[in-house]
Amino acid sequence: MDTMRERFAPVVSRMLDEDPRVAVVLAEIGKDGFREAMARHPDRVINVGIREQLLVGAAAGLALTGLRPVVHTFASFLVERPFEQVKLDLGHQEAGAVLVSAAASFDWPAGGYTHMSPGDVALLDTLDGWTVHVPGHPDEAETLLHHAVAAGDDKVYVRLSVQSNRRGRVIDGRRLVTVREGRAGVVVAVGPMLDTVLAATEGLDVTVLYATTVRPLDTAGLRRATQAAGTDVVLVEPYLAGTSTAAVSEALSDVPHRVLGLGVGRRELRRYGTVEEHVAAHGLDARSLRGRIGAFVRAQGRVAAGV
Amino acid sequence: MTITADHGRTHGYDDLPGLMGLMTGDEKHGPAATSTLDVLWVLYDRVLRVTPRRRDDPARDRFLLSKGHGPMAYYAVLAAKGFVPVDWLPGFGAYDSPLGHHPDRVLVPGAEIASGSLGHGLPIAVGTALGLRAQGLRDPAVWVLIGDAELDEGSNHEAIAFAGPAGLERLHTIVVDNSSASHARPGGIAARFEAAGWSAVTVDGRDHEALYDAFTAPHPGRPHVVVARVEPKTA
Repeated sequence: MDTMRERFAPVVSRMLDEDPRVAVVLAEIGKDGFREAMARHPDRVINVGIREQLLVGAAAGLALTGLRPVVHTFASFLVERPFEQVKLDLGHQEAGAVLVSAAASFDWPAGGYTHMSPGDVALLDTLDGWTVHVPGHPDEAETLLHHAVAAGDDKVYVRLSVQSNRRGRVIDGRRLVTVREGRAGVVVAVGPMLDTVLAATEGLDVTVLYATTVRPLDTAGLRRATQAAGTDVVLVEPYLAGTSTAAVSEALSDVPHRVLGLGVGRRELRRYGTVEEHVAAHGLDARSLRGRIGAFVRAQGRVAAGV
Repeated sequence: MTITADHGRTHGYDDLPGLMGLMTGDEKHGPAATSTLDVLWVLYDRVLRVTPRRRDDPARDRFLLSKGHGPMAYYAVLAAKGFVPVDWLPGFGAYDSPLGHHPDRVLVPGAEIASGSLGHGLPIAVGTALGLRAQGLRDPAVWVLIGDAELDEGSNHEAIAFAGPAGLERLHTIVVDNSSASHARPGGIAARFEAAGWSAVTVDGRDHEALYDAFTAPHPGRPHVVVARVEPKTA
């Protein structure tokens, strides 16, 4: 199976062929995938070199002339390093763009902390008007890239990762998908966390919702799920733990509720190794999740069958 | 001279102190407030192909004020040229005024970008030039005005280093040099641009003919910078 990132270049290259509004802006990273597209559309595939402030600033300029820029590099260099450009050149200027990141929270653990961006979604949460897609499979990434580019002049973030579920689901770029129904709590699995969450909650009497679009959060779908499953909500996110806790609390602000936000820890591990080792170190493997979700749900006194 | 309403009358250069006075309450302005005034006037009066009626025309010239500090001269020129109603000027900086101490493109007719945080205009201008080129609009010129101290911001150097080799011929930068950078070498500004392959001219930023000549100098295949020297900020 290809990775989301391997899917990205051919999908967007076809968009360049079909839609004269689409432009791609790169900062060296990812340019090989666009070699043919760059030959066909030299004015619409732009590599600015290793210059990430210019990457986002130039994208804003393209948007102000009416184009639809798709901007790509690793998440640390797309959202964190040029954050003020994201805030001002896109947000304050009212210029739209599609930011597509790679490397996620720890896709390249041997690369160390400089190439890890667990805080990207939380940072975007400080800004207004961003749509955030977190696909869990290359097929979903393709679908969400189409939604993102087609979203007028909206500001859209698409977070690609090498972490992936075994199969893609039918998603609509907006709503939560109900994967399993139970009565003792709601577990929201975001993007690549779904397979692990399903394994972790096997036999637990919980509803599992699948989120590939986290901003705006499908609050209506979440509220609907809590009607049968109660208002104990567990979030399992592939980025900073608790990133969506405020969004869930806001959705349930008029009813008593509990929220457990699971995800990547803040503490810098200073470890290299593999993705699996980092998943385990952050307590995001199936066994750890089962313990943490089970304890949270049981704490309300509703012991699920089979635990 | 009475400037109480904008009835489509034509304003001239001599009206600018009065228009600025509507914002500042005084017709006398120090060098810092007027450092950009002559550059802006020559551009809007003789160079830029943009009018209030054409401000959404895809083929218009674009002027991006990157140095958003001290925008009274900019607002005065926009008012003189009919982009902004003169009766907006006295509200300068007020809660419900569109005219802030840094301009906002969403609020100010004719303002191509919002500015205030230094170092954003030139990268956006690069993208604007690229976007026009990608759409086959080879004629419109893109202008960006920055300050000499604003050049301290590294984002400018990302844009300068890219635009030269990329051959962005329709990109023009004006550096208003009022010696406000704390660390600078004489001649350093033009040299930076030239090293990146730009065409560069340094002129007296108060001399309208010299400015006009510098703005209209041919620069085939290369972006162009005009360094406009004015009185030191601290003078």
